[in-house]
Amino acid sequence: MIIYTYDGTFEGFLTCIFETYNRKNFPVDICSRTGEQKHLFAQKFDVQSDAAKADRVWKGIQNKLTERNNQLVFYAFLSEENGIEMKIYRFLRRLFSEHFSIETDFGDADVLYLTQTSQKVKKEAMRMLQFVRFQHTKEGLWFCGIEPRYDVLPLVSTHFQKRFADQKWLLYDLKRNYGFLFDKVKLEEVVISSKEFSTITGQVNENVLQEGEEFYQKLWKSYFKHINIQERKNLKLQRQHMPRRFWKYLPEMLILN
Amino acid sequence: MKNEDVQFKLSVLADAAKYDVSCASSGSSRKNATKGIGNGVACGICHSFTEDGRCVSLFKILMTNHCIYDCAYCINRRTNDRQRATLTVEEIVDLTIGFYRRNYIEGLFLSSGVIKSPDFTMERIVQVAKKLRLEENYNGYIHLKAIPGASQELIHEAGLWADRLSVNIEIPTEMHLKRLAPEKDYKGILLPMNQIKNAILISKEEQKKYRKAPRFAPAGQSTQLIIGATPETDRQIILLSSGLYKTQNLKRVYFSGYLPVNLYDQRLPAFNRPPLVRENRLYQSDWLMRFYKYKAEEILSEDQPFLDLDIDPKLGFALRNMQQFPVDINRADYEMILRVPGIGVQSAQKIVMARRHRKLNSLHLQKIGIVMKRAKYFITCNELPASTTDWAPERLKRKLIAESVSKNKKLSDTQLSFFTDYKPALPPMH
Repeated sequence: MIIYTYDGTFEGFLTCIFETYNRKNFPVDICSRTGEQKHLFAQKFDVQSDAAKADRVWKGIQNKLTERNNQLVFYAFLSEENGIEMKIYRFLRRLFSEHFSIETDFGDADVLYLTQTSQKVKKEAMRMLQFVRFQHTKEGLWFCGIEPRYDVLPLVSTHFQKRFADQKWLLYDLKRNYGFLFDKVKLEEVVISSKEFSTITGQVNENVLQEGEEFYQKLWKSYFKHINIQERKNLKLQRQHMPRRFWKYLPEMLILN
Repeated sequence: MKNEDVQFKLSVLADAAKYDVSCASSGSSRKNATKGIGNGVACGICHSFTEDGRCVSLFKILMTNHCIYDCAYCINRRTNDRQRATLTVEEIVDLTIGFYRRNYIEGLFLSSGVIKSPDFTMERIVQVAKKLRLEENYNGYIHLKAIPGASQELIHEAGLWADRLSVNIEIPTEMHLKRLAPEKDYKGILLPMNQIKNAILISKEEQKKYRKAPRFAPAGQSTQLIIGATPETDRQIILLSSGLYKTQNLKRVYFSGYLPVNLYDQRLPAFNRPPLVRENRLYQSDWLMRFYKYKAEEILSEDQPFLDLDIDPKLGFALRNMQQFPVDINRADYEMILRVPGIGVQSAQKIVMARRHRKLNSLHLQKIGIVMKRAKYFITCNELPASTTDWAPERLKRKLIAESVSKNKKLSDTQLSFFTDYKPALPPMH
């Protein structure tokens, strides 16, 4: 009976996998140091993140998976679901031991669960591409604060980098309190200490908004209202495509709230 | 931009543009090679959803709602007494860039009423796209409407700047088009359509030879048909759209349930609700042709001109062809698994991949995401009881309808009910 604990990062998790094989001592659970404590009397082994070890494991995974699914484990990990570590661990044990690729064996509960979870994460990432709304500030920065269900900002930052290459923007995760800043040259991860925006809705304080920002929001609201066909009203369909939890970040939905 | 003015124009022209249903921003992966603004995403992105549940992907706007034509089905017809407005080229460009930078939209869909002449109108549409590409360094999505009657040069230039072009057919048969829009004919519509088709083919050929060859409408062309304004049958409409996919290489044929916009016109049918269920069934048939490998003739036979509004066309096909079922999940071809009601494209692909590793049973299928409530009558997999496969089609249809209605009772918002306007007569109070 041994459990491995790690620092909650993906690198730390991969180091855990390395250690289990290295020590030939296979765990009953792998959990984050910072997460809730589940085991009181079990023997613990604390793993320090090690980039070199993690890299070896990652390469091993890449060798076994097809290109189409090569991010499967990473996406599933980003879901932060309870107990995802052991599911990935069992999947990897099977992956490493079998001769043929098992990633399409959907009859296996772990494989199916990881596939479906990584789908959910990808869907949440897609929602970021859909529902991020930038506000223009006086300093010329385009800001958006948003709260994705899973930790998906690293997956979408390159999309915005490509799309808004001539624009200085900041995409901020309000729940996990970090974000990505792009200054027209490079992308970097930042944590903001003095916030000039609402940590709930991501709205920038009015005194730092660029002139004209409110006008564009007004135009957008007006456009949104007029493009709707009243005779076809179907609120359920609207909610299905655009879940309520995003409405507070969308200027066009603020009139209705 | 004068603020008040633009806001007024925007509201009038958005109102006038909403009847065009095309919204896709997919099919183009234009790169932001100039380090300007915008890039295409091949799968398309919907940025918002209005109360009618339709997506707002592109900034869909008319350049003007003045029009020299008088088509009976159109709200912007010349004889209608409506507020009219015209946006200038600069205003459209400013609005597009302003919205795009805020990530409100995925691109621009520019259409227009016809002013002065088709050439005059088309020229200004092309100007907008050109200005966006050259002056604003914009690489996002652009969908332009090709105006029938415009010169070949202008339409060709439009294709060089835009990602997608479309020409709307609107009325599915020429006879009825002549009746509702005497100034238009099929020849005028098919001419630009053919031109665009050929230009796309040529550009694709040249792409193969040299990579830097100019792209012509990389996201293809589409069209729209109005449903319910004229008495065409569903079979006619489906055959027409499948013909268009084949001969014109269209990417999409959109269906627009007719909204009674010109109630006074005696040439149009009098009803006050758009035929939403029929429109939905037509889209489902369209999906069957595009993703489920059905032929148009299979969806509706000659003795059955209309789609069944109670059940979807895929279930309808299965019930008419019970001899092809049950399908053995562990052995049948991918094409056959696709035809089982309750199994979609993704589930079918998963089944085919998963059965290489082990035999699948109903528990596996349920977990993979198959709607067993429907599928169980049409499949066998290791251990299903045989009794479920022996149903008479009529009886099975009634059972499946009953099951789906009880669950989605609140959903059927388009259902007519008897007592919506009923007010009980109260006895007078004394």
